[in-house]
Amino acid sequence: MKRRLLLLLPLIGFLALSLFLYQGLSLNPFHRESALMARDFPEFDLATLEDPERRVDRSLFTTGELTLVNVWGEWCPECKREMPQLLDLAHRHGVRTVGISWKDTREKGLGFLEEFGNPFEINIFDPDNELGFELGVFGAPESFLVDADGVIRYHHVGYISPGEVRDKILPEVEKWR
Amino acid sequence: MLIKMIPEVGHYALVIALLMAAVQAVMPLAGAATRRPLWMAYARPMAAGQFLFVAIAYACLTASYMLDDFSVMNVTNNSNSMLPWYYKFSAVWGNHEGSVLLWSLMLAGWGFFAARYSRELPRDMVARVLGVLGMVCVGFLLFILVTSNPFERILPHMPADGSDLNPLLQDIGLILHPPMLYMGYVGFSVVFAFAIAALLGGRLDAAWARWARPWTNLAWAFLTVGIALGSWWAYYELGWGGWWFWDPVENASLLPWLTGTALMHSLAVTEKRGAFKSWTLLLAISTFSLSLLGTFLVRSGVLTSVHAFANDPSRGFFILVLLGITVGLSLLIFALRAPRVSHKVGFTWLSRDALLLINNIMLVIMTVTVLMGTVYPLLLDALDLGKISVGPPYFNALFVPLTLIMCVFMGMGPVARWKETAPGLLVKRLWLAAAVAVVLGAALPLVFADRWSAPVAIGLIAALWIVLPMLRDLYDKTRHASSLGAGLKKLSLAYWGMQLGHLGVAVTIVGIAVVSNYEIERNVRMGPGDSVEVAGYTFSMTELTSRRGANFLADRAVLEVRRGDRERSFTMTPEKRLYIATGMPMTQVALRPGLFRDLYVAMGEDLGDGTWAMRVQYKPFVRWMWLGGLLMAFGGVLAVYDKRYRRLVTAPDPEEAALKASAGKGKEATA
Amino acid sequence: MALIRTLLTPLVLLLLAGAVQAAAIEVREFDDPIMEQRYRSLTASMRCPTCENQAINDSDAPVSADMRDRIYLLLQEGVSDIEIRDHMVQRFGDYVLYNPRLEGRTFLLWGLPAGLVVLGAILVALIVRSRKTASAQALSEEERARLQALINRERTE
Repeated sequence: MKRRLLLLLPLIGFLALSLFLYQGLSLNPFHRESALMARDFPEFDLATLEDPERRVDRSLFTTGELTLVNVWGEWCPECKREMPQLLDLAHRHGVRTVGISWKDTREKGLGFLEEFGNPFEINIFDPDNELGFELGVFGAPESFLVDADGVIRYHHVGYISPGEVRDKILPEVEKWR
Repeated sequence: MLIKMIPEVGHYALVIALLMAAVQAVMPLAGAATRRPLWMAYARPMAAGQFLFVAIAYACLTASYMLDDFSVMNVTNNSNSMLPWYYKFSAVWGNHEGSVLLWSLMLAGWGFFAARYSRELPRDMVARVLGVLGMVCVGFLLFILVTSNPFERILPHMPADGSDLNPLLQDIGLILHPPMLYMGYVGFSVVFAFAIAALLGGRLDAAWARWARPWTNLAWAFLTVGIALGSWWAYYELGWGGWWFWDPVENASLLPWLTGTALMHSLAVTEKRGAFKSWTLLLAISTFSLSLLGTFLVRSGVLTSVHAFANDPSRGFFILVLLGITVGLSLLIFALRAPRVSHKVGFTWLSRDALLLINNIMLVIMTVTVLMGTVYPLLLDALDLGKISVGPPYFNALFVPLTLIMCVFMGMGPVARWKETAPGLLVKRLWLAAAVAVVLGAALPLVFADRWSAPVAIGLIAALWIVLPMLRDLYDKTRHASSLGAGLKKLSLAYWGMQLGHLGVAVTIVGIAVVSNYEIERNVRMGPGDSVEVAGYTFSMTELTSRRGANFLADRAVLEVRRGDRERSFTMTPEKRLYIATGMPMTQVALRPGLFRDLYVAMGEDLGDGTWAMRVQYKPFVRWMWLGGLLMAFGGVLAVYDKRYRRLVTAPDPEEAALKASAGKGKEATA
Repeated sequence: MALIRTLLTPLVLLLLAGAVQAAAIEVREFDDPIMEQRYRSLTASMRCPTCENQAINDSDAPVSADMRDRIYLLLQEGVSDIEIRDHMVQRFGDYVLYNPRLEGRTFLLWGLPAGLVVLGAILVALIVRSRKTASAQALSEEERARLQALINRERTE
């Protein structure tokens, strides 16, 4: 009897492994949660895109309002494609939106906003990836939802489609407002 | 007209092959269970027919590539009219669909040859072996026809040209590595089938072990070469001088190799002593199961890897089902039919049996370690415990000590006696080898290198500990002979196989220990006229030019290399290529190989002002790693040709002889 | 799927084709060979967040270059290896460590191999012991049989 149980061990082990492999088929190894989830928005001290003289820091996000932070660049094709969705969020749904002009020049950044519209209340100018690195940004576009107390509550990697605005972004906005 | 039909011919051939495989799977197994010789007789012809038709299908796909038939989607995605013919030939297996077709071809091929070289086996055994192989073939052919058909066509708007083969694959490595690897993976299906057949038939004596050994050794040799080739290819192709990254796909090839090694040794014990029967059966099932698991991991997208084929969860699901049925059923059969009462073959401490038991257990532990490290990220993710990575630091930290433990026992094994070895005898035979190993191993780094290194010393001690006892054993075996030559001739090929195999391991360990600890890398900015000194070699850049190749444009640097202050020098010409069809850049490393050191130069980035960022590396003893692999494989092949297996092949089939005799008698009676 | 497309658009061709080739060959000045050694080992043991499976010392991705720059900077500032790793994990998550930390959820990962070695040793001891007694008994049975045969032969002679 003991021997029979021993002989069944490999089968049991294999079945357990298969279960995990089956689960693995529906998981995406790349889909990772941000390391900053439920943590304070990092400290920073950068100029704005619109006005080189004006500097902003973390207090930009502790004004008592929920903010959608979007990392973009003129060189990024997906950023251009998602502008309608950002404009929709900012103007139709009244979400306060702040942009981070990432790894870009001032002229190109301003030109981008002129061409595709400007949903942003203000844009942080981050040409040298100072703030981006602190946020763990590795590509554009990326978006963060920062709540009224400056805590990061949601992270979206990549392009936001209209469907995702409806199914993912807005529910989170409602949740953390 | 007929040429245009080639893909269809290939497609239909696959369907016919599937039907034959189905017959091969069902009839012989049913016949063996119900003792119907007529049904069992279907096995061999169906195996032959299936092989023929899969070969036809494979030939059709190859023809489509060689003829630049871009109406076939597979050809368009992976080939290009400008591709040299030998890369068109190997591009067939450089993608998912084609490589699975190659798997099927080899599966059918091994089955065919297993059928041919099994004349002396009992009829029901052969029937069961081929039946099990048939079932696996059915699984793969179904997989191809349902999810991965290479003969899908893009009609009516056929593209003018293909997307080209990934430049990284346009290399001799692609021509050699996958076929060798697959021969290994697939080859283990034979011993797997033997194990299942033995379990089903209740024939669990030592005989099945003897029949299975040559097939196992051959498959193992192929897998060893395949892995070594993969490492060598990555080394000179990828541009950073690495040769093993513990990437999931690499691990997928190592896992069956580890259990395959344990299997080889376990079969020896089962054949010679009738012991470890259950171990051997389980290892036989596990090795092929790990081959299948590897196939799943590479093609399902479950793990991230630079090697992986296009990730498609639906295909992954099919393979998982295939895996589940094959492995699940096998392990169930094992649990139900493995010997419940083991015929207690006695042996004591320090006997060869005991040492091989330790060997088995160590290899299994190494397998579990690598397997767990590979799937752990997936495990945690499935349990919603976050996403982590498990990489080289983890694997190296665990695998190296485990290997060293194994080496300790590897030294003793070949010298120990079966059943019982007096400790005194072992000490007598080994004390000198141990002393010399420690002294020499510790001293050599001091003598030949700039600085002493403890890891290198340990590696050398381990390697010497493997080799010196073998020399002692050779001495013991030949000293009573009339002459050295006569003594050596008496030793069997299987013995030489073992010696070479273990020597190969020692050589590989030396290679890995030395190169990991004594390699030197310098990243420098160089323009024409600049020079850099690495490990006593002076590299001077003489010019920066460009050229055009068959399907690429290249920037090229010419470096003159001189050792110390010698007169003679040689040139090395690394390139940075841009492949036209895909727009992909690629570094073509300049390599100066040698038995005791490799010099390695790669071009990094154009720094704009007429200089380039260059990487120069000195890699001592790196070739020893792969030479060791070749030695191991050679040893494995030698063992296949041992007399006792060849005797089996030429013996007549006893049942056939009996039939002929009774037929003759019948004639006499009626005459 | 959108996420994957955005992240990997530049890598799509490479994904479909199979292997990625990268070298990340850059020239960096180090005054101190120990610092250079630390730089090498740190960059070899951290994972590129966007690549399929590459260390940051080998990957051409922009984020890898950023990480390497940051590591270089921190080394110059005299930060310890452990703090550098923590720094990266704070920003990119545990995913970027190729050497998983020893914590509750990785206990099995780090503990099982050693545990198996101990278990294996016990197993071997048990098996050899049982086989030893079996062999001793068998011998005595054999001897008994021989003895019996001898006795019988003597009787018949």
